[in-house]
Amino acid sequence: MTAKDALTERYQDLLSVYLKAKTETTLYKGQQFSRKLLEQQISPEDLVSLHIQVMDELFPDMSEEMRDSFDFLLEAMIGYGFAYREHQSLRDKQQQLESEIEVAASMQQTLLLSDVPEFEQLDIGVVSVPAKKMNGDYYNFVKSGNSLSVAVADIIGKGIPAALCMSMIKYAMDSLPEEQMKPHLLLENLNRVVEQNVHSNMFITMFHGVYEPESHKFYYAGAGHEPGFFYHAKEDEFQDLIAKGLVLGVSRTTTYHPYEKMIEVGDMVILLSDGVTECRTSKGFIEREEVVSLIRKYMDLPSQKIVENVFQELDRLQGFELRDDFTLIILKRLV
Amino acid sequence: MNLQINQEQINETYELNLTGEVDAYTAPKLKEVMLPLTEKEGNIVIVNLSGIEYMDSTGLGIFVGALKSSKANNSSLKLRGMTERVKRIFEITGLTEVMDIESGVKGEAL
Repeated sequence: MTAKDALTERYQDLLSVYLKAKTETTLYKGQQFSRKLLEQQISPEDLVSLHIQVMDELFPDMSEEMRDSFDFLLEAMIGYGFAYREHQSLRDKQQQLESEIEVAASMQQTLLLSDVPEFEQLDIGVVSVPAKKMNGDYYNFVKSGNSLSVAVADIIGKGIPAALCMSMIKYAMDSLPEEQMKPHLLLENLNRVVEQNVHSNMFITMFHGVYEPESHKFYYAGAGHEPGFFYHAKEDEFQDLIAKGLVLGVSRTTTYHPYEKMIEVGDMVILLSDGVTECRTSKGFIEREEVVSLIRKYMDLPSQKIVENVFQELDRLQGFELRDDFTLIILKRLV
Repeated sequence: MNLQINQEQINETYELNLTGEVDAYTAPKLKEVMLPLTEKEGNIVIVNLSGIEYMDSTGLGIFVGALKSSKANNSSLKLRGMTERVKRIFEITGLTEVMDIESGVKGEAL
């Protein structure tokens, strides 16, 4: 018996039971049956033709007008049949597109991921974990000459626009001439690129810094990014690493303030995304001081171990449900 | 958690009183109400945020979009009554420098 024959038989059973008993239960069974029809991709006009076939079986003496009226109904259903098939093919296409987009976006993200560089004077640790499949946080290390530049950015907006935006930033950064690697100038440049190219609801927060090993100076600037921390080893204290500035993508003419800090042996520069401080627990938000005390707890370990441990503890505090992307970077001066 | 938007209008002045949270889930709802108001020249849109306990960056994006729209369309956008937590994210992102934000904590009547 083919699937179609089985359906016809089932329909005939249901219909004849209903015509005899006319109960709500059998009506409801008819409703359930329609799901089965959809599963088997039976179109509306197919159902009418099935109905005609069954009615012929059940009522061989059906009046000619009645019989003809069904044929008429069948013709009148043709339009619905087209709409149904179109819907199906669109749905298939949409599913295909969605999965292609997902693959493309995650592939791009993998391509954009920056390796954590080996750098003689600095011990570098990085953890960057997305809350959903796509990470809206972005970080990038570039070694240029003797110096090391580091960027952390949070791209507001998800999916394709965010992924495209991320690559725009990466390539804009890679193509800047070396003399413009000064953080505040780099941000001004990027801001112009972003402002022209992103949707009005989107913006990017970014922190950019450059460490120069000869002078042991860290030059930095910020575009609306969550402040990081600076650990001053001599005083054994954590300070906020404040770098004020408007987020990228809001106003074309924004300028950024240059900041610099002397980095001594044992000092740490700690960069983060707002996912770190916007962690929510059952008791409320994690305050910045708590993040600091977690870093303090592990600060004798290598940088990579510090960031991993801090992430694990914060993740546990949130009941292992990240609400926002999480990025934490530590640079510690070794010699 | 949800977002409630209560709208009052006197002539071309619209006041939106928000209660709840502005995050990725509720932001589209806010955009739908607020953005069209900023698109009409001469409109004054006042958003009272005293009932907002939490706003994330997607929520902030809606205000950035509304700010751009009000500049492009010659309407005006004012924010008032921010709680400390909300104020902090406007400060960090530098938006306090470019947006019209009324100091004073709770929003008074028009």
